[in-house]
Amino acid sequence: MSDAALKLSSVSKLFESHGRVIKALDDVSFEIQAGKVTGLIGPDGAGKTTLMRLISGLLVPASGAIEVVGIDVISDPLAVQSQLGYMPQRFGLYDDLTVQQNLDLYADLQNIAYKDRQPRFDQLMNMTGMSPFTKRLAGNLSGGMKQKLGLACTLLRSPKLLILDEPTVGVDPVSRRELWEIIYQQVSQVGMSVLLSTAYMDEAERCDEVVLLHEGKLLMQGKPKDLSQPLSGRTFHISVEGVRHRTLQQVLSNAPDVLDALIEGEGVRVVMEQVVDAKAIVLPQVLTQETHGTVSIDPVKPRFEDAFIARLKTKSTITQQTTIAPLSVSSSADKAVISVDNLTRTFGEFIAVNKISFNVKKGEVFGLLGANGAGKSTAFRMLCGLLPVSSGKVSVAGLDLRVAAADARRRIGYMAQKFSLYSDLSVTQNLNFFSSAYGLSGKQQKQRLAWAITTFELENYKNTNAGNLPLGYKQRLSFAAALMHEPEILFLDEPTSGVDPLARREFWERTNHLAEMGVTILVTTHFMDEANYCDHLVIMEAGRILAAGTPLDMKNLARNDEQPDPSMEDAFIYLLNSNDQKHQAVIA
Amino acid sequence: MNIAQIIALAKKEFLALLRDSRSRMVLIAPPIFQMLIFGFAASYDINNVPIAVYNQDQGVASREYISKLNGSPNFEITTIIAKNAEIAPLINNREVLLVVNIEPNFSDHIAQGSSGGIQVILDGRNSNTASIAMNYLATLSIAFNQKWNEDHGITGTNVALSGRYWFNENLQSRWFIIPGILGMLILVVTLLVTALSVAREREAGTFDQLLVTPMRPVEILIGKAIPGIVVGIIEATIILVVIVQLFEIPLRGDIGALYLGIVLFLLSATGVGLMISAISVTQQQAILGAFLFLVPAVILSGFSTPIANMPEVIQWLTYLNPLRYFLIIVRGVFLEGNSYGLLIDQYWPMLIISIVSLMFSGWLFKHRMY
Amino acid sequence: MISPSNMRLWGIIRKEAWQIVRDPSSIAIAFVMPVVLLYLFGYGISLNAKDIPLGLVADKPDLITQSLQGSFERSEFFNLMTFNSIQEAQLAVDERLIDGIVWMRSNFSSNLQAGLDAPINIIINGVDSNQANITNGYIQGVWQAWLTHFAESKGVELSQTVQIKQRVWFNAALSSRMYLVPGVIVIIMTIIGSLLTAMVVAREWERGTMEALMVTPLRMKEMLVGKLIPYFILGMASMFLSLALAVWQFEVPLRGSFWIVIVTSALFMLVSLMIGLLISIVSKNQFVAGQLAIIITFLPAFILSGFLFDINSMPTAIQAVTLIVPSRYFVSLLQTLFLAGDVWPVIIPNSLVLLAMLIFFYVIVLRKFKKRLE
Repeated sequence: MSDAALKLSSVSKLFESHGRVIKALDDVSFEIQAGKVTGLIGPDGAGKTTLMRLISGLLVPASGAIEVVGIDVISDPLAVQSQLGYMPQRFGLYDDLTVQQNLDLYADLQNIAYKDRQPRFDQLMNMTGMSPFTKRLAGNLSGGMKQKLGLACTLLRSPKLLILDEPTVGVDPVSRRELWEIIYQQVSQVGMSVLLSTAYMDEAERCDEVVLLHEGKLLMQGKPKDLSQPLSGRTFHISVEGVRHRTLQQVLSNAPDVLDALIEGEGVRVVMEQVVDAKAIVLPQVLTQETHGTVSIDPVKPRFEDAFIARLKTKSTITQQTTIAPLSVSSSADKAVISVDNLTRTFGEFIAVNKISFNVKKGEVFGLLGANGAGKSTAFRMLCGLLPVSSGKVSVAGLDLRVAAADARRRIGYMAQKFSLYSDLSVTQNLNFFSSAYGLSGKQQKQRLAWAITTFELENYKNTNAGNLPLGYKQRLSFAAALMHEPEILFLDEPTSGVDPLARREFWERTNHLAEMGVTILVTTHFMDEANYCDHLVIMEAGRILAAGTPLDMKNLARNDEQPDPSMEDAFIYLLNSNDQKHQAVIA
Repeated sequence: MNIAQIIALAKKEFLALLRDSRSRMVLIAPPIFQMLIFGFAASYDINNVPIAVYNQDQGVASREYISKLNGSPNFEITTIIAKNAEIAPLINNREVLLVVNIEPNFSDHIAQGSSGGIQVILDGRNSNTASIAMNYLATLSIAFNQKWNEDHGITGTNVALSGRYWFNENLQSRWFIIPGILGMLILVVTLLVTALSVAREREAGTFDQLLVTPMRPVEILIGKAIPGIVVGIIEATIILVVIVQLFEIPLRGDIGALYLGIVLFLLSATGVGLMISAISVTQQQAILGAFLFLVPAVILSGFSTPIANMPEVIQWLTYLNPLRYFLIIVRGVFLEGNSYGLLIDQYWPMLIISIVSLMFSGWLFKHRMY
Repeated sequence: MISPSNMRLWGIIRKEAWQIVRDPSSIAIAFVMPVVLLYLFGYGISLNAKDIPLGLVADKPDLITQSLQGSFERSEFFNLMTFNSIQEAQLAVDERLIDGIVWMRSNFSSNLQAGLDAPINIIINGVDSNQANITNGYIQGVWQAWLTHFAESKGVELSQTVQIKQRVWFNAALSSRMYLVPGVIVIIMTIIGSLLTAMVVAREWERGTMEALMVTPLRMKEMLVGKLIPYFILGMASMFLSLALAVWQFEVPLRGSFWIVIVTSALFMLVSLMIGLLISIVSKNQFVAGQLAIIITFLPAFILSGFLFDINSMPTAIQAVTLIVPSRYFVSLLQTLFLAGDVWPVIIPNSLVLLAMLIFFYVIVLRKFKKRLE
């Protein structure tokens, strides 16, 4: 087919809220080619979801025209809907139905002939690796499996155009790889065209083409490689022996010519404002004056993420309050703030957490990694005192939070995995409430509120209902709410899931800063590159601890001839696979 | 106990209730609207009910009887029948509630000093209305008897019962039912507000966020209870004004005693609501749970039918029902002019229900944290 | 070969059925609630009073007052308590120990024998006016019977000008259960049709499953019908259960024909379902949907349907309001079909109104229920 799979001509969409008209999409035009995977990229609130809903005929544009495989969406949405498959961010799986029942329902709705069904089901279940689970309730599936089932339901009758809204949010690396394999299989075998939005830049890089949206406007469109090309000569990998990468990153991101600094492996990846020669880079004095080891600066190939950042990042998003954090490598206090000893939790027959033990020291960033359903969240909830333990011991600041006096909870901050502030209250109201709940009042409360509003740049959203915030702002708000009372210990459960790279950078910058000031941070994540930010981490699988140590330890485990320089993700997948092969817990 | 935290939670609950325009609407407008409609609608009194007359007599006495019927505000003669066959369709088709069939020789018999016969055919499909109508007709006939005897100088064993009704001198059923509607409406609102409050947070995931704050379960409980009680008191006050001003029902007793009753009643309703909320996992379960409590509570409260008429076992059951006590208080204060002393036996059971239900929901909060 | 449209329809129906089976609360509403309500109304409440606590005061007790006292004691309607003075008795009324007082003054016997006005005073607590009326009627009855007996014993004929013979059709014993049970069936069907449906559809909006359904080739009409059918069946099953209980357990006669009951019930069920759907479309969240369903359907079914309170006695404006309450027509239909039989002049107009309402709400729902998110 030579025709475009999707054609948008000057599409605009307005929303009205509280008497203000917001331009969600502003004169957007582009085409996508048949048989290609196109990535829809943009920071939160750029209008990605609105665009997808317009294409699916769920919304009507204020002006402009949309054609899907040659059919006009506005005049004939039903015809379009029978040609496309759309998987919304929260796909409409029925939690109280089984996997098979969900498939049956969508097969009926997509008019799959009865005789064709069984082979198709088998094929999709094989492809997604879900054949053993067809009798399980969808509500009991892990996040990754839910997404795979959602995709399977959308693919039942190979649509001509497949639209996926953030299909990999909340999905662990293994499941993400599987999802991508399925998508590419569809493209290569059936010639399907795919439009997908994602917050993961490595995924954007896998697309044939990307469309970058920002504040409702189309910024650029093209091959990821072409888009990152202009940045060659501006990207470097810097490491300074004896300086912690977190400190290095903090210093570098404040350096004059540096646009962006991101932890990568044991060093920092920087994007410079202009093309420079590696030798011409002058590091800030703090890094060179002291008796540190050798400084190495190596040019690296630009990635799409760099292009994204270069295009969207305005320098100095955060004004650092302190100048430069002390460069001391050894942490002064070696006392364990959180200690977990043989912690176990069972739900009936099912062992969600199986005798795990670890210690977290003061001022440490401690990561809890694992695939969906590995038991991270269960362990987390026990630490916070939200769930009784079945056996074993938990102590946080020397106390068991479940039975400790309520005042002990004043010392912790908690940010749940799912956005869990009050959607029907405004930003200010939420912050006010949580600060009061933690015992803040009067002048102190006002100060903290002002601090939160400025630090997290929530000024424009002060009176917006929390439920209506773009995802990234929701995350900021949750983070702010958890920090209002200046806790000593922070629990962060998947804090960056589904958040765009810009917001993730800001988030980690703040987290690092807090850690430098002595706040103990326990974080779960399945962004493997984020694991690099942790001082220590444990990897969980099926309720057990698979490996524990520093990020470098983990990578060393996976280092071999095939993978001389494994990324964290490689290490993770290596560990999972080797565990599968041996069927036992390896390292403790 | 940290008062500031409790106030903050209560404030947040109010905001959550009132910020959304739809839920604000649902909370404020309908109860008042309902008070007006139900207040006028809910009455056992019979006014201008259509009846038919079949006069087979045509004498003086029968004509006088019919004019008496005509003058009654309870009945309205809509049809005059000429033959027996017309009776059945009128009743069957619900065109009239009853047919007064004056037998032949009615006037003659009365003139001779014996009794004139009247047959009344009633539609028993709503037996309550039928028996009330029959009562009115009997009273009307006794009055007719007396008048006739006086006018015609007939004396005999001349005994008349002189009845007096206390508290509700004209026996207006509205005076009885409207205070009951007050109880029913504030129960509905308070129960729904509290029953959904925790279930809603569970579904949204915010309950965890609340539990990790330094607030104790008992503080959360109090913070969650306050909005239901405040909304209930405000609504009760508005409804009270409507009752006194619009329906002109006399408020004879001590208003303080009434408000003490309202507070205790709301407290127990809140306790029950929070208990339902703590048990249920989803909002659907909470609303259905509230319903399963609400319907029997209204039926078994003496709202429309006396508790004394119920079988004994069920009468025992009504002692668990806070609405039972509250209705006695409202009617007692409004009509009987009661004060604290006579109502003490209604106060303490509600207090016990409140304490037990609140304690139980506090326990559930703690032990159902997952 | 099954048509695409029927296949999609069948898909929705099957999905709803699975969900109903899996959710204990909808089963509870359909099958536990009717039983509870029917038993409560059938056995629990009654407007037929007995054992009314009554106080009796005779200022000067003698044989005549004792004879009257005996009559009251023998009556099944009263539970008699005697007091020595009217003050004591009045206090007992205040304390709600007794509902009324029969007070024979000191000159009662002498005046009675002399043929003068015999002073006997009745005081009744009028708070529950209905009950007071009934109590008064019972006292009158006991008194008349005693007086006739007394007159006879004295050889005097009591003059009674008008003698009323009452004949109650359809419910000769005036048993309140006979009319409450059909009314309860109306309440039950309202709850299933409107409340349950409103909550269930609102849940789809809340959980985001509606968005996924909307982008399938599913037509809105199929969606509507697919949602209606399972709940219709649930409602009718509940109706059959209630019907069986009414007839066999509570011995309410079913004088009309079974088929007409089924047809009119189906009609009412559909109207309720449409209202439930409309509520869920308008509210889109369970909190508001639940509240609205109770306010718009349940409470009016209780108070404005003629189930408890006589519509003819309401003020004209309120009577006009009852015209838009669907349960009003169904109460009338069921009471007639149960107790009176197939009275076509009642069945036809009421059914026609329900049919008109059904069409009206169907059109509104179709208009409001768009395959769009705004």
